[in-house]
Amino acid sequence: MPPLLRVSDLKTYYFGFRGSRVVKAVDGVSFSLEAGETFGLVGESGCGKTTTCHSLVRLLSPSARVVGGRIELNGEDLLTKRPAEMTAIRGRRIATILQDPMASLDPLFSIYSQVAEPAYYHRGLRGRALRRKVKELLTAVRIPSPESRMRELPHQMSGGMRQRIVGAIAQAGGPQLIIADEPTTNLDVTIQLQYLNLLKDLQRASGVALIFVTHNLGIVAKMCDRVAVMYAGKIVELQSVRGLFYDPQHPYTRALLDSIPKLGVREPLYIIPGQPPDLSNLPLGCSFHPRCARAMDRCRAEEPPDVQLDGRGTARCWLAVAEGRG
Amino acid sequence: MSDRLLEVRDLKKHFPVGGSWLGGARGWVKAVDGVSFFINRGETLGVVGESGCGKTTTAKLVLAAEQPTAGTIEFEGRNLTDIRGDALADYRRKVQVVFQDPYSSLSPRMRVGDIIGEPIKAHEQMSRQAVHARVGDLLELVGLRADMGRLFPHEFSGGQRQRLAIARALSTNARLVVLDEPVSALDVSIRAHIISLLEELQARLGVSYLFIAHDLAAVSHLCHQTAVMYLGKIVESAESLELCATPLHPYTKALFAASLPSHPDEPREEIVLTGEVPSALNPPRGCHFHPRCPFAMPRCSDEEPKLAELAPGHRVACHLY
Repeated sequence: MPPLLRVSDLKTYYFGFRGSRVVKAVDGVSFSLEAGETFGLVGESGCGKTTTCHSLVRLLSPSARVVGGRIELNGEDLLTKRPAEMTAIRGRRIATILQDPMASLDPLFSIYSQVAEPAYYHRGLRGRALRRKVKELLTAVRIPSPESRMRELPHQMSGGMRQRIVGAIAQAGGPQLIIADEPTTNLDVTIQLQYLNLLKDLQRASGVALIFVTHNLGIVAKMCDRVAVMYAGKIVELQSVRGLFYDPQHPYTRALLDSIPKLGVREPLYIIPGQPPDLSNLPLGCSFHPRCARAMDRCRAEEPPDVQLDGRGTARCWLAVAEGRG
Repeated sequence: MSDRLLEVRDLKKHFPVGGSWLGGARGWVKAVDGVSFFINRGETLGVVGESGCGKTTTAKLVLAAEQPTAGTIEFEGRNLTDIRGDALADYRRKVQVVFQDPYSSLSPRMRVGDIIGEPIKAHEQMSRQAVHARVGDLLELVGLRADMGRLFPHEFSGGQRQRLAIARALSTNARLVVLDEPVSALDVSIRAHIISLLEELQARLGVSYLFIAHDLAAVSHLCHQTAVMYLGKIVESAESLELCATPLHPYTKALFAASLPSHPDEPREEIVLTGEVPSALNPPRGCHFHPRCPFAMPRCSDEEPKLAELAPGHRVACHLY
């Protein structure tokens, strides 16, 4: 049986006026996802993680185009689907949760009509059955007194409640995969914990797979089964979450882990020198080499291949080649 | 001269709500309600809390951007409420601020040199050449090049902009810099840059910081003392590492439990708070935290706990102790 989602060698570029500038936002990304799995996509701003997600649901801005690769959902290629077919997939099979709950809820429609919409179109529910479904969904995301709350408007909800309602909307079509793009960035820490626990519970109950896009490695440690670390449009390391935290293979992953302050420890932080590269003008060879503490001559000239680490994952680094791992 | 740079005693700020500008207010939001703390020279106080706990209002009071309803702020031994005119201008020179979002805190129409030079021109009589030289020094101090003064803010990345904001705050030899979530808007690797820069500047210049944040790990890393705020009150304050090792107040414990693990197998005390922060307009009776507290006792709902010193320097407001 094919995996739930398989992305192979995905390339999404942004094109400037008449092709004057090409930004390789996603440049050869491959990963796959099994049903019920939680997959983390980590990286700093501008590394291409959001563009990857937008490519999956084909909601790219007009200046961006998928120029290569395949995206297969249950073995069907999404890139060859017609727009109408994609509309039937979005919400029904792949749902998304975005960062800012206020921007993803329409301020003029009641909570009821917004949660009901996917269930109306994708499940064909009507009348009393639809009402029951909405109530069930709101109860599942722990909205107190859902009967009266669903008549209200988004501005009457707190930030945490709004994000939970977005979670209910994502569940409403009964998807197999939810893409959560930094869903807790705007929430307070205690509310963030509530929300992450809620997502875990929902996942356990419905068996939905999750792609978690974040720059917060703590969220990855808490939520994910497998993680991909992105840098300059490429996945530089893909591993199980334990493997990544205990034995990171790529120098960028190691540097990221060392640059985070830890509770109750006052050691100096590791500082990654320099700035993330300009995606329209990438350095020759490995894109990370100007900032890498262990860069060799080869890194400056040749781009490293994706090295298989004996069944555990992959790393895109000459060191992994040199040390004969894999 | 004592070590104390700033001492705040029983500071209160109540905002009126409702009513019209003619009549009296219908209610009061007690944004800051009896807060006391101090900051020593060359040290950092961290203030942690969720949105709406009053940490930004506290910062505004310290910056003299708001008038306190009650309480005193003493800076270098002088009470802020008594000073006027030149003395107040001098206070503003010595107490500067860095905001969270470096995209909105730098004017896009001004050259970086003018942004950093503006406080110098406002506070000191200096020739243009002297200001220019000073701006160059400041840019180098924060790790940028001296010739970058003629650029505009949009030519800088987020981390570099935050460096510019820090240079501006230090331009008039500030003794206290209020840092209002200075790293929350930045990427992980850039965060490490800014935190290290702040530490280095403190070691070199002996400046004090009031660091406002919700990221406990960053606070424990950078701050000497930490105060935890909840609904306008300090519920616990202690030396930072001690606070991490032995948090006492249930809210502090919950905050630590909610902060994310640094690796997947980190053992965690699971304290999941139910509900959300209540409205400051109508806070719960007794201990403000009791409706969400897993250890609440009958006493908590009608008697407000006082801040008590349990160990040297470790103060908690909770009936459990």
